Amino acid sequence: MLFFSFFKTLVNHEVTVELKNDISIRGTLKSVDQYLNIKLDDITVVEELKYPHLSSVKNVFIRGSVVRYVHLPAAAVDTPLLEDATRRGITDSIEIEVRLSQFADASG
Amino acid sequence: MEHLSINDAGLPGAPPPGQGPPQQMMQPGPPPPSPVPQLPPQMFTTAAQLLDLTDKKLMVALRDGRKLIGVLRSWDQFGNLVLQDTIERLFVQSLYADIERGLFLVRGENVSLLGEIDLDKDDYIPPPFEQAPVEKVFALKKAEDAERKKTDKRRHTKLAEHGFEGEHSGEAIL
Repeated sequence: MLFFSFFKTLVNHEVTVELKNDISIRGTLKSVDQYLNIKLDDITVVEELKYPHLSSVKNVFIRGSVVRYVHLPAAAVDTPLLEDATRRGITDSIEIEVRLSQFADASG
Repeated sequence: MEHLSINDAGLPGAPPPGQGPPQQMMQPGPPPPSPVPQLPPQMFTTAAQLLDLTDKKLMVALRDGRKLIGVLRSWDQFGNLVLQDTIERLFVQSLYADIERGLFLVRGENVSLLGEIDLDKDDYIPPPFEQAPVEKVFALKKAEDAERKKTDKRRHTKLAEHGFEGEHSGEAIL
């Protein structure tokens, strides 16, 4: 659940999602669930002319299983905290979740 | 499916009023962490994400590269979808064509993404693309797919010789 908690802290940040079929979609992260399905708002597609079916689409729901990468805004990620959380496992997951969201609030 | 609203706190262990006596025995242990303002957990479920897409006109891209356009009528937590009045839109070179398909139940695993169609630019297709007769586009598409299958197979064999197992193991993902 660590990455679910982590992605929750990135809500309302701009991310780029690269899919396994090589489409890259940039947009505002609106929501994420336990399967890491992702909802993006105000999307722009890299190489739009290659993917004409997306030109009249403004927000997308991407199934977690087709995601290859999520490019994150570096400023919104507290790497030491994530490392710490990984090493401690799930025992303190509630505390980690709270600290992650505190960090998200602090970084705006 | 749980019918929680965004305003429900959704805290585990807090029974809703009228469902048995509240628990008097508190578990000894560390005090709960200080509350931090955050969205309730039910905001982050598949249900919450698909709920606002219900009854909307959507473009559904399937894992095999097909593009379906229809109205989302039902769904579940796996992303299984029911689409009504669906058309399939074929794109090939700079042509496109629509085929009437009707009612779909799509198994979730085959869904790549679903996009809500912006009604301001409903069915906008960028300039180089022009509508063409279905038969023509279908034939071109078939030829293109066959060609792609051949190159994919060749690439897969080459990679396999060097010990690489493709991400899709030969399955064409478009």
